[in-house]
Amino acid sequence: MNNRLKSFNSPTFLAYALIAPAAIYILAIVAWPLIETVRLSFTNSSLAGEEYIGLENYEKMLGSKKFNKIVIRTFVWMFFSVSLKLIVGLIGAVLLNAKLPGRGMFRVLIMPPWVVPIAIGMLGWLWLYNGYFGIIAGVGMKTGILDGPFGFLAYKQSAFISTIIADVWVGTPMVTIFFLAAMQGVPKDLYEAAYCDGASRWHRFFKITLPQITPVIITMALLSAIWTFNSFEIIWILTEGGPRGATTTLIIDTYKMALGNYKFGKGAARAVVVMILLTVFAAFYMAILLKINKKVSSG
Amino acid sequence: MDKYNLFEKVLLYSGILIFMTFILLPFVEMFYASLRPLEHLFRSPYQFFSDDLSFWAYGEMWNTVPMLGRYIFNSFFLATCVTVITILFVIPAAYSYARFKFPGKNSTLYLLLAINMFSGAVLLIPLYKLLRTLGLLNSYQAMIVPGVAFLIPTSIWLLKSYFEKIPIDLEEAAFVDGASRMQILRHIITPLSTPGLVVVSLYIFIGAYAQQFLFAITFNSKKEYMPIPAGLYEFIGYQTVKWNEMMAASLVGIAPVLIIFIFLQKYLVEGLTAGAVKN
Repeated sequence: MNNRLKSFNSPTFLAYALIAPAAIYILAIVAWPLIETVRLSFTNSSLAGEEYIGLENYEKMLGSKKFNKIVIRTFVWMFFSVSLKLIVGLIGAVLLNAKLPGRGMFRVLIMPPWVVPIAIGMLGWLWLYNGYFGIIAGVGMKTGILDGPFGFLAYKQSAFISTIIADVWVGTPMVTIFFLAAMQGVPKDLYEAAYCDGASRWHRFFKITLPQITPVIITMALLSAIWTFNSFEIIWILTEGGPRGATTTLIIDTYKMALGNYKFGKGAARAVVVMILLTVFAAFYMAILLKINKKVSSG
Repeated sequence: MDKYNLFEKVLLYSGILIFMTFILLPFVEMFYASLRPLEHLFRSPYQFFSDDLSFWAYGEMWNTVPMLGRYIFNSFFLATCVTVITILFVIPAAYSYARFKFPGKNSTLYLLLAINMFSGAVLLIPLYKLLRTLGLLNSYQAMIVPGVAFLIPTSIWLLKSYFEKIPIDLEEAAFVDGASRMQILRHIITPLSTPGLVVVSLYIFIGAYAQQFLFAITFNSKKEYMPIPAGLYEFIGYQTVKWNEMMAASLVGIAPVLIIFIFLQKYLVEGLTAGAVKN
């Protein structure tokens, strides 16, 4: 190997120089705002100006019943949404993994909710949920389940459920695709051996498929939790957090406080809570990702 | 392996039918509503059949939403700007990650993944203040600048995996012949990875097109800069929503990304799952 080729393989300075523009951009637009949010949370920042007020924002926030309710609501909303995404996604993946004519087409057809802008998809859901003229209320009335027009987004409980269903609709394609990819990665000989031993389809699913794709299920559970936790547009367009706060999650509350009322300080304190919770999810996710990678690389 | 019997086939297809109904019903109903006259839509209880379906709403929507053309242009313009800027940042960074060993490589790669999790909403407050101080609120830049930042991390991961597939021998040969690193990147890597670059660019475009709403309603209040989701959302607040036209306009807004997706679905899905499952 000549000298020139040696320098080819260890150009550390160049490596950093090539990354620098992207790194600086991300530092300025993502990292700096994260730190700035923490700083703002100790101030009473508004459009008028800002003053350092210590922990006041946090004391008021944590002391308020309304905020505690929002935190609990966020987790309940997230729990149902993530569980449903995983269940529906797993069922969808099993169905589309079956060797049936047309499955290639079905796999393409499940992607649109993920591809189209969420905001526009939600305009469609607004119409579906329309209490007088929407198809869901219509079918409900025809079948007698509903005895009259019903505004799904107008009542506390039904709005809560309706926003979850819309969120599941947005998240399911991604979950299904990942589960499908994982199922196809399961070694075929495992199934053949089990088939020769006379194991039933159910048995093969629970004893081979499910354990084999468990790492991906856990990964997707955490990723979905993060996405769901961050979910803003779905609730914002369907209900703006209403009726009477019934669908106000942490993200919605933060947004309303900071950019609806321009109380940046109070909003920032809420954003810090969001950041802390996200960091916990992210840490779990990274730990699991590293564990899976180690397993893969060590054979 | 055992084949499915008739009963199992019926069961599986019924399951698929229910699943696909859930996924596609909103689109089907949006399209159906866009074809029906307004007075048919406003009948309660719901009427399943309309006899005089037409594309009338697709013509009339331009009058109801006078700036619709501008919104569509804005959406394209914003997404295109974001895509071009992002790809310019991403090519050198992805190349560096694909080819070089350097201290901090793995940790920064994972840090990039972590950044993805802090989606826009948490960072809006300082960004709002920053854009206000810079006088950039209510401009295209206000929506482009944050848009780029949130697409860089995933794009680096995606493009890195394409670069890694290019055999290194070619570069080594060119290097021994006296080509500089930048020449290699420009004249060997970039042309050879054109298919990968196209896929990643389109992925960025879809992402940029999808994320416009939040930045638009937060950082921009000027109608002439509104992208289509934000522009249409404003109309939903009106007393009587002309749903057939609104659904027609929404479908027109969705069409570009759907068309891109239909052509590239195979590559996009493969690329995304490969990056996340195997890595």
